[in-house]
Amino acid sequence: MSEVADEAAADLISAVKILPEFRGETTWEVPKDRLVELMGALKKEGMSYLVDITAVDNHGEDPRFEVVYELCDLAGRRHLRVKTRTREGEPVPSVCSIWSGADWHEREAWDMVGVKFSGHPDLRRILMWDGYPHHPLRKDFPLEGLTTEMPDIAFTAKAPLEGGPFVTSPAPFSHEREPRARPAEERSL
Amino acid sequence: MSTATTTLEIGDTLARTAEMAPQLDVGEKLVLNIGPSHPSTHGVLRLILELDGEVITKADTDVGYLHRGDEKIAENMTWNQFVPYTDRLDYLAPLANNVAYACAVEKLMGYDLPPRAKVTRVICCELARISAHLLGLGAFAMDVGAMTMFLYTFTEREKIYNLIELLTGARFTTSFTRVGGQTRDLPPGFLEGVKEFSEQFVGRLDEFGKMLNRNRIFVDRTKDVGVISAERALDFGLTGPNLRGSGNDYDVRKYFPYLGYETYDFEVPVGQTGDCYDRFAVRMEEMRQSVKILLQAVAKMPGGAWMVDDPKNVLPPKDKVLTKMEELIHQFLVVTQGPDAPPGEVYFGAENPKGELGFYLNSRGGGVPHRLKIRAPSFCNLGILNTLLPGHTVSDVPAILGSIDFVMGECDR
Repeated sequence: MSEVADEAAADLISAVKILPEFRGETTWEVPKDRLVELMGALKKEGMSYLVDITAVDNHGEDPRFEVVYELCDLAGRRHLRVKTRTREGEPVPSVCSIWSGADWHEREAWDMVGVKFSGHPDLRRILMWDGYPHHPLRKDFPLEGLTTEMPDIAFTAKAPLEGGPFVTSPAPFSHEREPRARPAEERSL
Repeated sequence: MSTATTTLEIGDTLARTAEMAPQLDVGEKLVLNIGPSHPSTHGVLRLILELDGEVITKADTDVGYLHRGDEKIAENMTWNQFVPYTDRLDYLAPLANNVAYACAVEKLMGYDLPPRAKVTRVICCELARISAHLLGLGAFAMDVGAMTMFLYTFTEREKIYNLIELLTGARFTTSFTRVGGQTRDLPPGFLEGVKEFSEQFVGRLDEFGKMLNRNRIFVDRTKDVGVISAERALDFGLTGPNLRGSGNDYDVRKYFPYLGYETYDFEVPVGQTGDCYDRFAVRMEEMRQSVKILLQAVAKMPGGAWMVDDPKNVLPPKDKVLTKMEELIHQFLVVTQGPDAPPGEVYFGAENPKGELGFYLNSRGGGVPHRLKIRAPSFCNLGILNTLLPGHTVSDVPAILGSIDFVMGECDR
């Protein structure tokens, strides 16, 4: 970005927060209203390959969701991660107009985590069926599933999975995660 | 009774046709559903096609019929426990998935593998690549009418499966890697087996080429069908042979080398037009290059350790677990709590048979991932179908699907 010297670019750069490098990977965080502008500029700078879009649910934190974009500059052999944060119900602008491949990634993020993308041409569910009411990759969605009241869907009962004898529970302390540390009656299915 | 006479004006036929054309064109559109269970969809892919006669005017790709929630499952178990789930992503190349996942977690842990483990993993990846390409090739040829091919490629795959069984003890669901290395060292006779297979395989590959390269039906059905330009392929995030068939030489092994791929001598084949035939040709040549890598790997297999030396986070050798107190404690902690990963996030992409298989790992520390995202190459490759299919006839659909060579287990996760 260094050779672009005009004021708009400098303003854009000032909106970017550069996070500490980890394992040789650079991560930038940008407010979501500047996202499309930044992505367009990055594509012009050679980041022509959008590798992936991931939505992360940081349940309990204030901007609850994080949308993570992995970009790649093939000619320069560089990798860059761009992140933006959003709250429940606040849409993130879509980057479909910059990379066509973003279409399915954004549909998946909406389906699995429930992050909305404004300006997306066709924001439907992609992996779950149309009309499914939940977003399974949210942290408050239990591993065993939730029942849905859709008579034509065959499997809506909960799966007896979490709390099973060999399944590690999501818990902050390792002694709570360990299945054999739980009382015997809890362990049986 | 009066007779009404009407005068027919013939006039200029061309002008009349032009005048009537808008009315003639309004043939009723037919909506055709293919799948989710159909021989040419190689799994549970569903296509909803809008047809005008034989020509597709609109396509909608419906995926998700094999969704098992792998990413949700991953958040509820330790790093090593997720390895068997990676077998079931691209179930035609489980060894390559195991390697990609283990390398991703090792990147998070900050490990540098010992040389023997790296070379072992290269052999795993290349065997998986040959095996997956052989199945893709056989199924593709069968879809466009060359039945015999499938049987020939399966004979070769059988030999690879025998090698994989020797190496891992399982033929399909290998679960071979662990964080920091593999479950076991190479068994005796394995390297000789790989060498023997590689040497005879080149001759077999020539035979396969002869059966298809100039086969009139095969060439007619694949040449200039499903053309993807290099720009469009990259725009949609296509990777693997589908991207290289279009002329872009992006190969993770060359661009972002891992496991010491930069020390091997191999070339990356690319196509020119980006049609179905080019994608087929790229896969054929990739198998030759894989054989080249296999022979180099066998020749340079170093001795020494095959696990990272980090006793607190890596599974100790089994014989010591049964005799030494300290190793027993470490084994217990690694199995029950998982390797203690540092907080942070990494992305690791590996060149798998279908394209770039990436893992985005978001860790908050400890043995369980906070978020694990699988960047599945088949999912990204299928995203182009909605814009690629319109304009083709229905009979082109099996050729295009076969040449894209996807696996739904990976697409739907």
